[in-house]
Amino acid sequence: MKVYELTIQELAELYRTGKTTASEAVDQLLKRIDALNPALNAFITVDKQYAFVQAEQADKLMKKGNAPPLCGIPIAVKDIFATKGMRTTCASKMLEHFMPPYDATVIKKLKSAGAIIIGKTNMDEFAMGSSTETSYFGPAHNPWSLDTVPGGSSGGSASAVAGDIAYGALGTDTGGSIRQPAALCGIAGLKPTYGRVSRYGMIAFASSLDQGGTLTKTVYDSALLLETISGFDPLDSTSADVPVEPFTGILSSGIDAVRIGVPREYFIEGMDADVQKAVNNAIDTMKKLGAKIVNISLPHTQYAVAVYYILASSEASSNLARYDGVKYGYRSESGSNLIDMYKSTRAQGFGKEVKRRIMLGTFALSAGYYSAFYGKSQKVRRLITEDFNNAFKQCDVILAPTSPTPAFKLGSKLDDPLKMYLSDIFTIPLNLAGLPGISIPCGFTTDNLPIGMQLIGKQFDEKTILSTAYGYEQATSWHTHKPEEFKS
Amino acid sequence: MKRAPLNSLKINKGIIMKEKITIDVKKVAALARLEFSDDELKVFSSQFQAILEYISQIDELELDTVEPMASPLPGHQRLRKDERDERGLSNQTAVDNAPKSRDGFFVVPKVIE
Repeated sequence: MKVYELTIQELAELYRTGKTTASEAVDQLLKRIDALNPALNAFITVDKQYAFVQAEQADKLMKKGNAPPLCGIPIAVKDIFATKGMRTTCASKMLEHFMPPYDATVIKKLKSAGAIIIGKTNMDEFAMGSSTETSYFGPAHNPWSLDTVPGGSSGGSASAVAGDIAYGALGTDTGGSIRQPAALCGIAGLKPTYGRVSRYGMIAFASSLDQGGTLTKTVYDSALLLETISGFDPLDSTSADVPVEPFTGILSSGIDAVRIGVPREYFIEGMDADVQKAVNNAIDTMKKLGAKIVNISLPHTQYAVAVYYILASSEASSNLARYDGVKYGYRSESGSNLIDMYKSTRAQGFGKEVKRRIMLGTFALSAGYYSAFYGKSQKVRRLITEDFNNAFKQCDVILAPTSPTPAFKLGSKLDDPLKMYLSDIFTIPLNLAGLPGISIPCGFTTDNLPIGMQLIGKQFDEKTILSTAYGYEQATSWHTHKPEEFKS
Repeated sequence: MKRAPLNSLKINKGIIMKEKITIDVKKVAALARLEFSDDELKVFSSQFQAILEYISQIDELELDTVEPMASPLPGHQRLRKDERDERGLSNQTAVDNAPKSRDGFFVVPKVIE
């Protein structure tokens, strides 16, 4: 039996019916990671010993009965979440040897639900990128075609789930970093409402945009993990005090009578023809399933990328000031005084993209330019948010492509940062407005690369996007396709 | 409203172009506590310029009456009670990840000449 191909839901069922054990599942998964990770480079760190010990404990617990919901389920975690005693690098030389003294809140929640943290996944350095190519540990690869990117920044998590070397994974989404890799790897990627999931212990990139979420094989698994990791956290000052809903319980409420808005600004010149076709087909399918399609407009969409790069870079320049070679992380040996030590530490410890964004943010916040860049961007952010508020007067969910293109070739956008930034054009507006969004598979290109669409919801209305996504998934089979070369 | 074609640079009447601001990249680097080789600086400067030119498209919007938005959840931010928190790290744990420490202190290059 190929246990590693199962979803979280299916694996939990096998445990319940005694058809396999956590020790067996972990053993099989680790063997597969050994075999495939050299090609995918999806994991930065895998802790085998920890996984085996946890699996044994899970098996004991399950024998006794009354095991927690994710008991013995191996979960991969983006290397941006602090894991106590498990190296956490943020894919940077700066944190190559960093050993967190505490667990992020989401890690605590996963552990108390019985999950086994199987390892830490590759990502763009400090989550800054759309391809997982800026990782200090080398690029991750897309299991659908090894010479293409898995997307980013949570590309390692997406690659691992799509390549069946993880049952499910956590990621973070600042401008599309969960949804875009999920689309490019043919899996489900859920970015919850800003404030839904605690950011405590999640290494900060842009604090007003960052949000943790899930990458999974099915919508059900997204709902299951969201139930587990969300909830109010006093340790995160922006955590929202809203009740955790039983997301898995409301999935089957159906698509019938859901009003789906289709924004004309998301069907643009330069969009891949296969992507356009697949998303149009998905709209037809939704119609057949009983949804009402409404044409809507989000008029300020074209400014989202510009505003995002000012705001995200500004927040990053401030957040990343903490990496100074004093308290933790890399320190350069050169520099005879404190300032020179800071400079050489940061020059050597950060990669190109991170430095570029710190520079951009420092410039945008510097005296004389603040109101022209940061101040104006905050105003445009409001206009983009109001666009969504207006649109949601006419619809319950917005449907759009996740990414204008399928997975692109490794190296093809690395030297042109602006071109790379524009690959996030459809995902960024949600982060600016703090909205939830889920990307699910909706087709394949003629080259057999996955295509994703996203469903965007009102703040804290994850249940509507989840049940709509679930209805679509039940009526289609895109999520069941596996990458050819990784079939065994 | 016109839509921007994907992958196109929109160089317009933005502030950077209008006022011909030359960005002193070296000064920004100093503020950011970063340093670059001359070669790095050259590549970087031109990319930086292109990004800022793209960004200047927001200047075509009328923003005088729009309130700035700092967070997607206004009103949710709060301060915790100003009380001692028992969860703090021990002195040893706090310096465990430090590149240089001695007797429970962080060691830095000499600050006072």
